[in-house]
Amino acid sequence: MTQLALVIDLNVCVGCHACVTSCKEWNTSGAAGPMVDQNPYGKDPTGTFFNRVQTFEVGEFPNTETVHFPKSCLHCEDPPCVPVCPTGASYKRKEDGIVLVDYDKCIGCKYCSWACPYGMREFDEAQKVMKKCTLCVDRLYDPQMTEEERRPACVRACPTSARLYGDIHDPESAVSHAIREAGGYQLMPEWGASPANHYLPRRKTTLRLRHDEIERADNPLKVDGLLPKPGKSEPSLDDVTTW
Amino acid sequence: MHPAFSVIFLTTLIGVGQGLFLALFTAQTYALFDLLPQQDSHAFYAHGSILALLFLIGGLIASFFHLGRPERAWRSATQWRTSWLSREVIVLPAFMGMVFLYGLAHFFECKPVLATLPSGIAIDLTVVIGTIAWLLAFALYVCTGMIYACLRFLREWYSSLTVINYILLGGASGFTLATVFAAVAAPELVRFFAGWAIIITLLGLVSRVASLIRNARLKPKSTLQTAIGIKHPKIVQKTQGFMGGSFNTREFFHGRSAAFLRSIKWIFLLTAFVVPVLLLATGLSGVAATELLLLAFVVQYLGLMAERWFFFAQANHPQNLYYQAIG
Ligand code: SF4
Ligand code: SF4
Repeated sequence: MTQLALVIDLNVCVGCHACVTSCKEWNTSGAAGPMVDQNPYGKDPTGTFFNRVQTFEVGEFPNTETVHFPKSCLHCEDPPCVPVCPTGASYKRKEDGIVLVDYDKCIGCKYCSWACPYGMREFDEAQKVMKKCTLCVDRLYDPQMTEEERRPACVRACPTSARLYGDIHDPESAVSHAIREAGGYQLMPEWGASPANHYLPRRKTTLRLRHDEIERADNPLKVDGLLPKPGKSEPSLDDVTTW
Repeated sequence: MHPAFSVIFLTTLIGVGQGLFLALFTAQTYALFDLLPQQDSHAFYAHGSILALLFLIGGLIASFFHLGRPERAWRSATQWRTSWLSREVIVLPAFMGMVFLYGLAHFFECKPVLATLPSGIAIDLTVVIGTIAWLLAFALYVCTGMIYACLRFLREWYSSLTVINYILLGGASGFTLATVFAAVAAPELVRFFAGWAIIITLLGLVSRVASLIRNARLKPKSTLQTAIGIKHPKIVQKTQGFMGGSFNTREFFHGRSAAFLRSIKWIFLLTAFVVPVLLLATGLSGVAATELLLLAFVVQYLGLMAERWFFFAQANHPQNLYYQAIG
């Protein structure tokens, strides 16, 4: 079974909000209707967004790190927001695991937003229905787009490639590799919602050089380092001279 | 959570309506076994049912103000397999229908005997309808309570005490109203209803205080560490990503000070429980002035509105961890 998801690399996210704006740009222009803003140029602008980037400071001065944290619906594998919906407007797609809201069925009771522990759903004050990230479901299968374009808008916009997209149930996919090899984790595991989106932790950036990268392992004479090094000014040629 | 007045009115009004019906039917059951004097079908049961229906209709109207798209409300009856909200949407009109039929049967004195107990007690149509409505009244309390009690990460609500409170507090206000109603329509029942109203109110006090104590001891399961998955003891949010507020900052914060919350707690403990019990006690003593009983009901109802406000405001949603700082 397919479970499409995002894997977000906190190690490379620079907090530029490109995913926020590209998400809004794509999704406010779609067939599902605009993501309406209130007071966009006034004192307290507010509006519907599917994606937010937040910033946290970890540690104590002077040993602090700034962590930028993109936040959108995690398309939980066992989504607590779905069974509570009284109308069936909220549902999880069998074929690809995307959690969606049917805006034509939603009565705007907001119960699902109470049932999402992450606060990933936002009520649209103009359309009076509940909204949330669709994983750009209207891009993913569009035959008029190229393969490259059939990805969520935020993934394409990210200038640092902090956002990976793919099927986390396919063990050979790039996202599965990233989760396995870079220590991908889920948010708030204590509630058992099993979010499909994963985050990759911050990593210490170190230069890793193995011994055989310094001394050539393919030296046919296997004598690297045994013979005296030629002087700096002397000519040298691989496999002809010793160095 | 941000307390919405539509939901406060909905839950308190239907609580009264259900409680009043339970009181009426309790009186009828007692009378059936000759423990209380028989009452006039028309003046007592029919009018009482109308009163209960008025409260239920009031609650139903209030609920529509909570919906963004009330014109689609019918859809909310479809997911009863999984959603307690959907179950409530089904049980509420079913209960209202049965109360209506109950009142109607009493109004037209349409009471054909359907069965006779071995002891010679006749079970007529109103008893059968009343029993069904009685079951639905409890089902409705359970549905209303479970809407909140089933959300596992709203830990202030995730407890059987939530459901018990909805039953007891709704029942208490309904029996208090029944006392007022009896003072007008059937004075010989005032002591009966006042006695039960006091008992249920005191039981409600016990269970509500129990839930207050439980909630005071809760330790949050989610922390900033689990929210963003970074295992450092010291994390502060620098910005929530926007400045002008969003649904998340409006829906999940009550926006009042801790002192305000504390004073509401003491206000509702006094007005929903202590004051009504004292006023109802005048009804027990037999010197009941209808005005005092009416005052008991009004004070208790306002107290329960404060209680419901507090119930919502106290619940601390884990999503609030993500919305701490504007920067
Ligand atoms: S993140 Fe929230 S809205 Fe998205 S699937 Fe999970 S519970 Fe539902
Ligand atoms: S707001 Fe809409 S999607 Fe959410 S629970 Fe209510 S009807 Fe379902």
